[in-house]
Amino acid sequence: MDNLLVKAGGWLALVFLAFLAMVLAVDGGFAVHMAIIMIACLIALWVTISKADYAAIGRGILKAPADPGKYDDDPIRWGVIATLFWGMAGFFVGLYIALQLAFPVLNLGLEYTTFGRLRPLHTSAVIFAFGGNALIATSFYVVQRTCRARLAFPRLARFVFWGYQLFIVLAATGYLMGVTQSKEYAEPEWYVDLWLTIVWVSYAAVYIGTIVKRSEPHIYVANWFFLSFILTVAMLHLVNGLAMPVSLLGAKSYSAFAGVQDALTQWWYGHNAVGFFLTAGFLGMMYYFVPKQAERPVYSYRLSIIHFWSLIFLYIWAGPHHLHYTALPDWAQTLGMVFSIVLWMPSWGGMINGLMTLNGAWDKIRTDPIIRMMVLALAFYGMSTFEGPMMSIKSVNSLSHYTDWTVGHVHSGALGWNGMITFAALYYMVPRLWGRQRLYSLRMVNWHFWFATIGIVLYAAAMWVAGIMQGLMWREYGDDGYLVYAFSEVVSAMFPMYVIRAAGGLLYLAGAAVMVYNVWMTIAGKVREEKSMTETPHDPEADKPLVAVPAE
Amino acid sequence: MTTLTQKHKKIERNVTLLAVLALVTVMIGGIVEIAPLFWIDNTVEEVEGVRPYTPLELAGRNIYVREGCYSCHSQMIRPFRDEVERYGHYSLAAESMYDHPFQWGSKRTGPDLARVGGRYSDEWHVQHLTDPRAVVPESNMPPYAFLADKDLDSGDMSTHLRALTRVGVPYSEDAIAKANEDLLTQVDPFANSADLEKRYPKVQIRDFDGNPDRLTEMDALIAYLQMIGTLVDFEAGEALEQPR
Repeated sequence: MDNLLVKAGGWLALVFLAFLAMVLAVDGGFAVHMAIIMIACLIALWVTISKADYAAIGRGILKAPADPGKYDDDPIRWGVIATLFWGMAGFFVGLYIALQLAFPVLNLGLEYTTFGRLRPLHTSAVIFAFGGNALIATSFYVVQRTCRARLAFPRLARFVFWGYQLFIVLAATGYLMGVTQSKEYAEPEWYVDLWLTIVWVSYAAVYIGTIVKRSEPHIYVANWFFLSFILTVAMLHLVNGLAMPVSLLGAKSYSAFAGVQDALTQWWYGHNAVGFFLTAGFLGMMYYFVPKQAERPVYSYRLSIIHFWSLIFLYIWAGPHHLHYTALPDWAQTLGMVFSIVLWMPSWGGMINGLMTLNGAWDKIRTDPIIRMMVLALAFYGMSTFEGPMMSIKSVNSLSHYTDWTVGHVHSGALGWNGMITFAALYYMVPRLWGRQRLYSLRMVNWHFWFATIGIVLYAAAMWVAGIMQGLMWREYGDDGYLVYAFSEVVSAMFPMYVIRAAGGLLYLAGAAVMVYNVWMTIAGKVREEKSMTETPHDPEADKPLVAVPAE
Repeated sequence: MTTLTQKHKKIERNVTLLAVLALVTVMIGGIVEIAPLFWIDNTVEEVEGVRPYTPLELAGRNIYVREGCYSCHSQMIRPFRDEVERYGHYSLAAESMYDHPFQWGSKRTGPDLARVGGRYSDEWHVQHLTDPRAVVPESNMPPYAFLADKDLDSGDMSTHLRALTRVGVPYSEDAIAKANEDLLTQVDPFANSADLEKRYPKVQIRDFDGNPDRLTEMDALIAYLQMIGTLVDFEAGEALEQPR
């Protein structure tokens, strides 16, 4: 009982602190954020009091102990739902801002709905809310099963989940109010960054703690990738987030670095957010779920060692390719370009290891829509990790930089690789997490696959054309020696491409909506009656021996 | 090869070893590439004319950051013939040496703004920000009419300047103490501005949003836009740049 009182008192104290900070805030954004934190603490206080196991406290223990014979899957179940929720939100905002570029009237004339404020909302929602929740959920799922151990520090694991959701809410509401550091993919202000640091250290503690208490002698390859992702993201976040707050009771801060140094620090962060958040982490996912779903061992153990170490070593160097021909010193640009090209090899090592895992099971592409998603994810991973090194060549980059080609490249990676491998992993986990026989509908997985695939193709193709067109029009000279196009003419030439891109986004969102319905029904325990995906033809007429018929 | 896999077994059985080796591996690239930028002298070659922002310009720049203008506008002209003809002299490292954070951008949905200062009139900017399609029919930029309705509420500017000095911007004690005063002086053509002009050479002093009765966010943003890229005198150095 004393323990419960201390906990409730602690939450109450935090409520008061947040209230005090709200009242003393020097700007509106900070005040709103403190109000959100106060509400979060109030909810925690209410849960502490109302959900306490009073019967157990009466017997002198704080809580009935969990069943040690089962994996600790609660935070993973929540994570699956959160991934889908934030995914839908992020895809929807993406579609909306894509339409804004074609039809600017959709900015609505309000300060909260301009492209400039919604764009970080979209990028953070899909990378950190959708991708982040997927990574936390799958890493907790994978680490328990490959270590044959329950999560270390179960309460901390729950804190990681809810703390991360609070981070997302603070970041998202901040963008709408214009609270931003303006560093791409690292926009949250200093106090939100500090909060994320606390959550991330807890995440690392739970994850590493679980590996430490493992029953298997070896650490499985998926965990190498998850581990390097967690550690590297911590390093990147800490360095790039360094900033000087104007006031401890206000949102605004100034980056610790300026100009050239700030630019390279940012793109060292930005590129490795791609390299470690969206690549290493998702490769961890790939290394568990692809072999599981294919029921085949990983193709090559040696290849996984080589490509793991070379991937994490090389990725870090590639950041300067975002700054070609800028005021960044030439030596840094060239170094970034060379390492970006070399990076092609370990990337394809990962793709080959994933694809070849299907050796001897290639027929599953036809019969198993989840495998089909995984194969498409790996194909897009391979394609965008070829496209990336190509775009980092300085002469190619002189055309592609600042254009929509970059946007197309990012999305073929994000929608194709990250999205598809996440969907496949969720489809794998959901029936197992909720103890269902199978998914509600495998046919719907197939619909999702085609919606998403056609959506990505429209998106990527439109952006290739748009980007190359833009780059060429900007630099086009007439016979008279003058530039041919005004900037505004290039903007109007983009219109059809922007519409096609939005159509692709709509299809991708529609596919995700089908998934939400499918998962919802699976959790509800329903099974859709449908024709199975595989049909081995059987013709009873032909199913008999040939009898020689004498010639007449 | 078997030796490699044999040796690796040691690493993959020990989480501390694995974590430390992974962390060391990912630190090398950053240390080799980023750290030298802080001590190699010619990374940022100092150029005459570059100075810290005035309080009003800084407030405007903070609005530029707040609205996410960098999502669509770069401030980094690359040394190509077409870019130099379209936007002006290519950007120098020194021109963003006081930019916390940098605003080079990564995408040109709209044109580069590194030398937008002085290119259009204040009236043009007011109209364009209020309704972009009124002056550029092809534009897909969001309207920012609300800036003209919002009083500039940037808080105590001296705390902003103080924070910037802590990260290396050379504001004098005087500049910090008079920050709020300087902010008001810059929009008042009748005030005594000798001090302000001494502290911030080339400062543009006038009412920017066409409404002298109020100090709005529009004033601050246009004050910032009108000074971007104007501090360095490129004409003076032009003769030296001609190929011989």
